[in-house]
Amino acid sequence: MQVLLQLGLLFLGLSMLAFGGGSGVLPDMQRAAVNTYHWMSAKEFLDMFAISRAQPGPGSLIVVLIGLKAAGLAGAMVSFLTMFGPPSLAVHFVARIWHRAAASAWRQLVERALAPVAVGLTFASGLALMRQAEHGLLPWGVTAVSTVLFAFTEINPLWLLAGGAGALIVAGG
Amino acid sequence: MAERARTGLNGVMRDQSVSAPSLLSLFNSFMRIGLAAFGGGLAAWTRREIVEVRGWMDDTQFLSGYALAQLVPGATNVNLAVFIGTQMRGVPGAISCFLGLCGPPLLIVLVTGYLYLHSQSAAAGPWLGAALSGMGAVAIGLSLGTGIRLGRRNLRRLLPIGITAIVALSIGIFGYPLPYVLLVMMPVSLGAAWLTRAQPQTPAKRA
Repeated sequence: MQVLLQLGLLFLGLSMLAFGGGSGVLPDMQRAAVNTYHWMSAKEFLDMFAISRAQPGPGSLIVVLIGLKAAGLAGAMVSFLTMFGPPSLAVHFVARIWHRAAASAWRQLVERALAPVAVGLTFASGLALMRQAEHGLLPWGVTAVSTVLFAFTEINPLWLLAGGAGALIVAGG
Repeated sequence: MAERARTGLNGVMRDQSVSAPSLLSLFNSFMRIGLAAFGGGLAAWTRREIVEVRGWMDDTQFLSGYALAQLVPGATNVNLAVFIGTQMRGVPGAISCFLGLCGPPLLIVLVTGYLYLHSQSAAAGPWLGAALSGMGAVAIGLSLGTGIRLGRRNLRRLLPIGITAIVALSIGIFGYPLPYVLLVMMPVSLGAAWLTRAQPQTPAKRA
């Protein structure tokens, strides 16, 4: 019960600090899970990070694994709800205000202001991933080819994912 | 309650000539987005499904949602799903999109987490590692490709292109924290939008 409370409070706090996605609060998560509460070893945390990255869906699902290890299924549920609940509620209310202002002059102005910023953020997420990845020549080639194909053709991205996975398996296998 | 929220929101809906999508189709769309997005690139999948395949939003609406989803803390793509769901169908729509996006991946991560904890090995053969880095490399391409697509259609003037470039480089290359960059660039972009507004009207709010 005490562990559930610790999980809940930890992720409630971190969820509202996770600006720009979940990766910013990962170091705090690690410190709390490994050093403060001793729920797991540093190696286990790294394994869980790799596992959550290998899954489809949002990256912050690592909190489910932390909760599962710390307090079983109940811990997983508490972690999921406290990590995803508050931001979802916040964005829901933002969306309602946005929706009500559909015809207003200020929304049209903000819409025009947000567009270049959002396009910039799209590029930024790709560039940031490129910077972190320690890639060889082949992965860079895969990135370049899929960038061009996705931008200028109507190819289904699933083919690109399969092709990228296949290329590295063949090359590295 | 749910019904009231729905009609209340739909009452002021603009740009939406067709009737709002059903809760089930919202759930299905976001389930496909969540399950398809291996190695990241969720925003690319979301835009493809919502703007290009379904036509529920245009690029301008999507871009606003994407930017607002990042201004609010939390996982950007979950926020984006809730934003789109709220726009389409109010509270029930938000719940449908949230469950569609998070539900199946949640189940998968629970199962693999259980297996991991009971075998104590990160069951990742060398071929799985190679497959994952291949998909990661593609996911980077999907982000960049989406940026190119959006830029070609929505950025016509020099000023917005400059703002896009500064945001992309300062976060993506120089690694400045997103909140600081937005704190500077949002007022700049608002000012630019106000200066280049179509007809002289007094906006209720400006930077």
